Amino acid sequence: MVKKFFQHGYIWLVLAFLYAPIILLAVYSFNNSQIIGQWSDEWSFDLYKQLFSSSDLMTTVVNTLVLAFVSSIISTILGTMGAIGMFYSKKRVRETLNTVTQIPVINAEIVTAISTALVCTMFAFGRTYVSLLIGHVILTFPFVVLNVTPKLKQMDKNLYEAALDLGATPTQALFKVIIPQVLPGIFSGFLIAITLSLDDYIITTFTKPATFDTISTFVFDAYAKGGRSADVPALRALSTIIFAVIIIMLIVKNVIASKGQAKNGGRK
Amino acid sequence: MENKEKIIEIKGVTKEFNGQIAVEKMDLYIRKGEFVTFLGPSGCGKSTTLRMIAGFEMPSSGQILLNGKDITNLPPYERPINTVFQRYALFPHLNVYDNIAYGLKLKRFKNTYVDKKGRERTRIEKLSKDVIDAKVSRVLKLVDLEEFEKRDVTTLSGGQQQRIAIARAIVNEPEILLLDEPLGALDLKMRKDMQLELKDMHQKLGITFIYVTHDQEEALTMSDTIVVMKDGAIQQIGTPKDIYNEPKNSFVADFIGESNIFSGTMVGDKKVRFINRVFDCVDDFPLNEKVDVVVRPEDVFLADEGKGMVDGVIISSIFKGVHYEMTFKVGKTEVLIQDTIERKEGERCSIHIRPDDIHIMAKEFDCNRYDGYINKRNNVCFADGEFECDVTQLYENSHLDEEGYLVLENGEKLDLNDVDVKVEVGLKDIEIIDNDVDGDACGTIISIVYKGDHYQIIIRTDDEEEDFVVDTEYVWNENDRVSVKIPKDKIKLKLKAVNQK
Repeated sequence: MVKKFFQHGYIWLVLAFLYAPIILLAVYSFNNSQIIGQWSDEWSFDLYKQLFSSSDLMTTVVNTLVLAFVSSIISTILGTMGAIGMFYSKKRVRETLNTVTQIPVINAEIVTAISTALVCTMFAFGRTYVSLLIGHVILTFPFVVLNVTPKLKQMDKNLYEAALDLGATPTQALFKVIIPQVLPGIFSGFLIAITLSLDDYIITTFTKPATFDTISTFVFDAYAKGGRSADVPALRALSTIIFAVIIIMLIVKNVIASKGQAKNGGRK
Repeated sequence: MENKEKIIEIKGVTKEFNGQIAVEKMDLYIRKGEFVTFLGPSGCGKSTTLRMIAGFEMPSSGQILLNGKDITNLPPYERPINTVFQRYALFPHLNVYDNIAYGLKLKRFKNTYVDKKGRERTRIEKLSKDVIDAKVSRVLKLVDLEEFEKRDVTTLSGGQQQRIAIARAIVNEPEILLLDEPLGALDLKMRKDMQLELKDMHQKLGITFIYVTHDQEEALTMSDTIVVMKDGAIQQIGTPKDIYNEPKNSFVADFIGESNIFSGTMVGDKKVRFINRVFDCVDDFPLNEKVDVVVRPEDVFLADEGKGMVDGVIISSIFKGVHYEMTFKVGKTEVLIQDTIERKEGERCSIHIRPDDIHIMAKEFDCNRYDGYINKRNNVCFADGEFECDVTQLYENSHLDEEGYLVLENGEKLDLNDVDVKVEVGLKDIEIIDNDVDGDACGTIISIVYKGDHYQIIIRTDDEEEDFVVDTEYVWNENDRVSVKIPKDKIKLKLKAVNQK
């Protein structure tokens, strides 16, 4: 009994450690006080109203979402193509390419950020939306590869040959057999790409044009200025919304994954 | 069968994978409507051959003809050939109907029709839904799965998936159906049922079937023709009966069914000597030729001691259901026997073999093989002689220390005294000496055969009656007393495996 109590207690402690700050933030997003810790008066949605009426804030939200969406779509297409291409390459080519594509995952983000910024400046187009997009694609595309490759490995090797055998050209076989088979991997790769892009700060600051802000850079700058900006409390509301959206996405992804597993589970 | 046209011709096809030869200079043709089985152990090149016919692998050299037309470099989707894969390879995201209809939906055909203005036009069209429906339900009926159209393929049992895979292939009405060990994943009972069903299907459809398996019983049950393969080369092509009764070499005899294979020597007109006795046989081979003798275990008859041809003792007896499988020992040789009457272990008895049950095959004689042992001086003893040899070849990276122990790569010391070894000596590596003193072993020349540019000489030793077969340019006389010498580096040694067959 006592052992069980401690086991459970430990888990709750860890979870509390992880989530208490976020919950605190969420709670304070319904309060007007300037700083967290000083509860002023009562519950209110004032911060949410302020958030949606501040055009600055709304621009950054839209910026962030559009950037995340566009960069993730590019990454997903490139990553899927890359993963399939590598999978059907010769062993040595595959291993080399695999290592090379995974470097951005292990590499310190700051190095990727500075080098991308350098390259973009060198080729004269400087820090524009394009360089920002490239930065985000570099950041997210290895994760798409990482999600698609296992699905390819799980796939019956003869499926592609079976499609050719039945009269499909390689292109038809790719779209009608291979892509449907790895779709769950493509989907989860896309979701991971979006989440990574949404909250990225380092690559964004180094590659973005001067006047462009995403939520991360905006929040960081707002706090860096000493948190006296009028918009600072509204950021609590924004953070809460982001957190809620991510939680929902995560749940949806897991539900889909477990459904897929239940379907496959019947076979094995 | 004779007058039917050849549907597939394989001409001098070689396939290499990164320098490793999988199929070597293969020549083969298959007649229309035949059920042909490629049979062989894993890695013999049978699947590679099938994959080249399907178009998944391109031959490194050589040609493949289909109905006389070269299809060597045609991609698989342009060949009128369909495959049933070992692990079915059904598309998991499609249901049974869509799996089977996959090929049909991709099919395009030229339709020539007369338009409103009376002009003749040709248009490339898809098959209509009704046609596809009809074809799908017809093959589903053929494989006994009529009600399954809407089922998810992942919910089907192994046997059902196998049937769907067959249906998916034959619905396209291919000229050839390739089956790559299609029954390997099924349990024994279902496999037997499917074997008969496949054979039945073959008769109904009239399509050429090319079947790959390593299961000799499966091959014997189903095929019109069996192609036995080993190490990328064809060993024998023939009907199941031919292959079983008249195996061309010891590999085929050993692979197809159980058999006793003995080394023998022809000692007279239709007389062969093996297990220390001369037997009458029906095959004619030149005198003193080294041969392999095959006797099927069911063709050896047991009699009471003294009443048969060779006496010996039963050393094991196992009940196998229909018969007893007994091992009979004559001298050093073991004979496998299948009989319905049991003889107990240890019982002394005699065996009888009928002349027409003795099948004799030419031995591919490329080198002399002996059973020998290493003695105290690290020399090897075989065939009545003691020869100097290099014992370090028994273990990789080993060397001898001063005391004569063999030191292995990992530092372990071995005493080789009395270790049993297999000895191989090339035909050209034996030197014949004019007297019976100077060599390491001596004997009498019993045969000289001129082989075009050299003589092949057989020297028989006195006591053990082992033979040295020697290729030499010099002529000798029969009945000469000679001795032989073998250079140290020409004696190849191999450790005798612990459980030899």
